[in-house]
Amino acid sequence: MFDWLQNIADWLVLDVLNLDKGQQLAEALNFFIYDTVKILILLSIVIYTMGIVNSYFPIEKVKNYLSRNKLYGLEYLMASLFGVVTPFCSCSSVPLFIGFVRGGIPLGVTFSFLITSPLVNEIAIGLFVGLFGLKTTIIYVISGVLLGTVSGVILQKLKLESYLTPWVKDVMVTAQKDQDAFIAEKQSLRHRLPVIGQEVLKILKGIVPYVLVGIAIGGLMHGYIPAGFFEKYMDKDNLFAVPVVTILAIPMYSNASGILPIVQVLVAKGIPLGTAIAFMMGVVGLSLPEAMLLKKVMTFKLIAVFFGVVTLSIIISGYLFNLIL
Amino acid sequence: MTKVIKILGTGCAKCQSMTGVVQDVVSENNIDATIEKVEDMMEIIKFNVLTTPALVIDDVIIIKGRVPSKNEVLALIN
Repeated sequence: MFDWLQNIADWLVLDVLNLDKGQQLAEALNFFIYDTVKILILLSIVIYTMGIVNSYFPIEKVKNYLSRNKLYGLEYLMASLFGVVTPFCSCSSVPLFIGFVRGGIPLGVTFSFLITSPLVNEIAIGLFVGLFGLKTTIIYVISGVLLGTVSGVILQKLKLESYLTPWVKDVMVTAQKDQDAFIAEKQSLRHRLPVIGQEVLKILKGIVPYVLVGIAIGGLMHGYIPAGFFEKYMDKDNLFAVPVVTILAIPMYSNASGILPIVQVLVAKGIPLGTAIAFMMGVVGLSLPEAMLLKKVMTFKLIAVFFGVVTLSIIISGYLFNLIL
Repeated sequence: MTKVIKILGTGCAKCQSMTGVVQDVVSENNIDATIEKVEDMMEIIKFNVLTTPALVIDDVIIIKGRVPSKNEVLALIN
């Protein structure tokens, strides 16, 4: 699909800049040009498509459905899937959380949503497709959804309601099952597309510097680190690798777009994919800014349990990937 | 009568672009309106919205969770 792009990159590096094939600089530059353009194209497509879905997704309807119906466990999966398609802006997490609680939706189901929403977002998906290909992306998305579902079930079993902040408990007592008449917005797709397009540009502008730096560093590493270099330190048999990288990843939220291109090179140089995926889930899924926002609705203890359970699930899925991939 | 326009959002990028759109529309069309940014989380929650940014005109929630175009805002205000 991207052969034409490889040809352009080859032509630029070998003919225009007159570098020799096999030279370290040539390899690094070729990688940088090819990867940058490919990732930007795929990112734009994914963000644009998700933008259209987001624009039409009836959040209120789904919420009301979840609060009205008993689904015998399926509600966790639904909330988790719901997290995939919802536009995740971290500042929406508190209003959404309260909306769920107010609708009488169990805490664990709400957690399923809160976990998957940042974990499987349009920027992560776009970068994943560009860097690791479709198959790995699908594995990542499915495991993200399952991780949200399972962690939600576990968190529900722990009965954490008493660790919510007092005012949220009050909201919980007055929860109503049926409410919020949904006002459908009447805007044709034709009118929405330009606005969505502008949003895509804005998102891209925000993350492009990080992606470029990430790919540049990745390009250098690609050219200079020998293949298989990391296998010595982080092979599948090293049991400490997965937990260590997951915990390292948690504070790295803001640079997710810069970190993914580097991780791709690490995988190419011998780090097992499961270890890498655990790392990326830690980067994208758990973040300190999110914890600060959640402080409004949860006590410190609840946030700690929440992060603990998710971290543990990420570590387990890292091991699983290393076993099956 | 002066319209009261409120923009609910804690200051994320989308909330800022919604504020920009609304300010432009109001000043370009000489609309008699006050624009108020509601950034306090407790205030936002009182409006019962799930997603921000949200646009509230005269206490009616008009748009939630997305940034509108200028034409759309103009039509909604009138």
